[in-house]
Amino acid sequence: MNTSGTRFSPLRRLYLVAIFAFLYIPILVLIVNSFNASKSRTVWTGFTLDWYRRLFSNETIITSLINTLAVALIASVVATILGTMAAIGLHNMKRITRSLVINLTYMPILNPEIITGVSLMLLFVSLNISFGYLTLILSHISFCVPYVILNVLPKLRQTDRSLYEAALDLGCTPMKAFTKVIIPEIMPGILTGFLMSFTYSIDDFVISYFTYGPTSQTLSITIFSMTRRKVSPEVNALSAIIFLVVLSVLLIMNLREINAEKKTRMAVSAAIRNESKSHKHEHAADSNGGGE
Amino acid sequence: MTRKSRFLAAPYLVWLAIFTIIPLALIVVFAFTTTVTVDETGRIITAEELLSAEADGVVLGELTEKTVFTLDNITATSAYMPVMVRSIWLALIATVLCLVIGYPTAYLISRLTFSRQKMMLMLVMLPMWMNFLLRTYAWMTLLERNGWINKLLGLIGLGPFEMINTQGAVVLGMVYNYLPFMILPLYSIMTKIDNSVLEAAGDLGCNPIKTFSRVVWPLSLPGVATGITMVFVPAISTFIISRMLGGGTNMLIGDLIDLQFLGNAYNPNLGAAISLVLMAVILLCMSITNALDNEDMEGGALL
Repeated sequence: MNTSGTRFSPLRRLYLVAIFAFLYIPILVLIVNSFNASKSRTVWTGFTLDWYRRLFSNETIITSLINTLAVALIASVVATILGTMAAIGLHNMKRITRSLVINLTYMPILNPEIITGVSLMLLFVSLNISFGYLTLILSHISFCVPYVILNVLPKLRQTDRSLYEAALDLGCTPMKAFTKVIIPEIMPGILTGFLMSFTYSIDDFVISYFTYGPTSQTLSITIFSMTRRKVSPEVNALSAIIFLVVLSVLLIMNLREINAEKKTRMAVSAAIRNESKSHKHEHAADSNGGGE
Repeated sequence: MTRKSRFLAAPYLVWLAIFTIIPLALIVVFAFTTTVTVDETGRIITAEELLSAEADGVVLGELTEKTVFTLDNITATSAYMPVMVRSIWLALIATVLCLVIGYPTAYLISRLTFSRQKMMLMLVMLPMWMNFLLRTYAWMTLLERNGWINKLLGLIGLGPFEMINTQGAVVLGMVYNYLPFMILPLYSIMTKIDNSVLEAAGDLGCNPIKTFSRVVWPLSLPGVATGITMVFVPAISTFIISRMLGGGTNMLIGDLIDLQFLGNAYNPNLGAAISLVLMAVILLCMSITNALDNEDMEGGALL
């Protein structure tokens, strides 16, 4: 067990504090400014919630928020279905074809976003598809699918083939054995892939920038046009809200993870204690090995 | 899970062809072609001819547009050499700074207790999850002439300094935005280095510097390679950071590409050629990093 955290020298602590100050001070300034009555970014003239009120009555922002969520939902659902099917198919392919396809799948992740965006733009221009929801959703699906495949494939590799065969022996049809055995096994991978797709889609700017149409503005695109104007305090208010949302999502996820880890750790140590009590000599070494 | 189930991949293979392979092929096609005006006999009409004919009232006959092979776009990119050199240079500085700042951070986090590690990781990832336009916008507020930093410096009688619209501001924006991309892969490698290994090195007579150079550094190299790629690739291809913090005078490759596709200089052929050059530069840099990584990995294995 790692206990060196208690021996942290002040210098090391100071270093971490400095790094986190660097990461958070700019965000903090935005949040403070969102309550500033003055339009100026550096003169404090009093507390106000006016910018928030304006933000919620700003139709462009509300529409683009709805667009963002709709595009993210559609794109990640389609990407999850497409990617899961692809992963299952790839898992059962010959090794050479599989590694070829996987390498091609990596392309959109390895390529700079601007290249992916530009290449998709060229595709839509060549096919004469006008830019709008369709091009935006197709592009988002394209950059989301790889994340689903790369999360589901390892889970498929971990599944035990004999479980599936056992289900067949016990009278399941292949379809039933598949839905009852394989799907539950790979579900965590599918979920992670879906969540990654959803968050990447919400956060994306560069690819959307090259593939959106005048009617399909996402939040990122709206923020872009807002930051181009010199002063727009609504952006500050929006930042504060986004920060709060992200913070709460991450906190919930982390607390759950830490709790789960604590529980397993307690269970393991309880098991070790019980084991060593009942078979003091024979099994002590074994259970210690399991507890590490 | 029979052989038949491999057909489940069929829709994705079609998708991959249409939305990954064909678009990349299109970049190559656009980079090596140009659209010209030809008359009925297939003779190419230049822009000057067209203008003078129009001025003289001469009718040139049935004119059509045709796509022809050319190397002009590729050779034209050489005119943008200064921009490319600047992009590589700024991205390199940002990558090195991220490594220098991020390496100790990742190491320190990896030596904490489990729940603290999780907390710290969350703090590293949180800014990453916020829209990067907002993060960059925040620095505009801090760096501008009447910004917070100049105000603070003014209190102790310094400045005001011209900080925004400089190359330094662009590098700062890159480091700020991509630092988590360096810390996370480094952390995930370092958390696997057991404290007992470090203690063993100490017991065998290594001083802290030697422990670092002979144990920690070689073991962390895969993370270093991943981190470098994850910072360098977005840094060299960015066009927002340079526009928001560089003020239009510090153009990068990304800005050039953007200008050819969505800007005033509309010329997708030239844009495709520049994109191709950018991909080549990245491939070259990545193969250098990989070579370094492999070499040192062998050294680490011998250790």
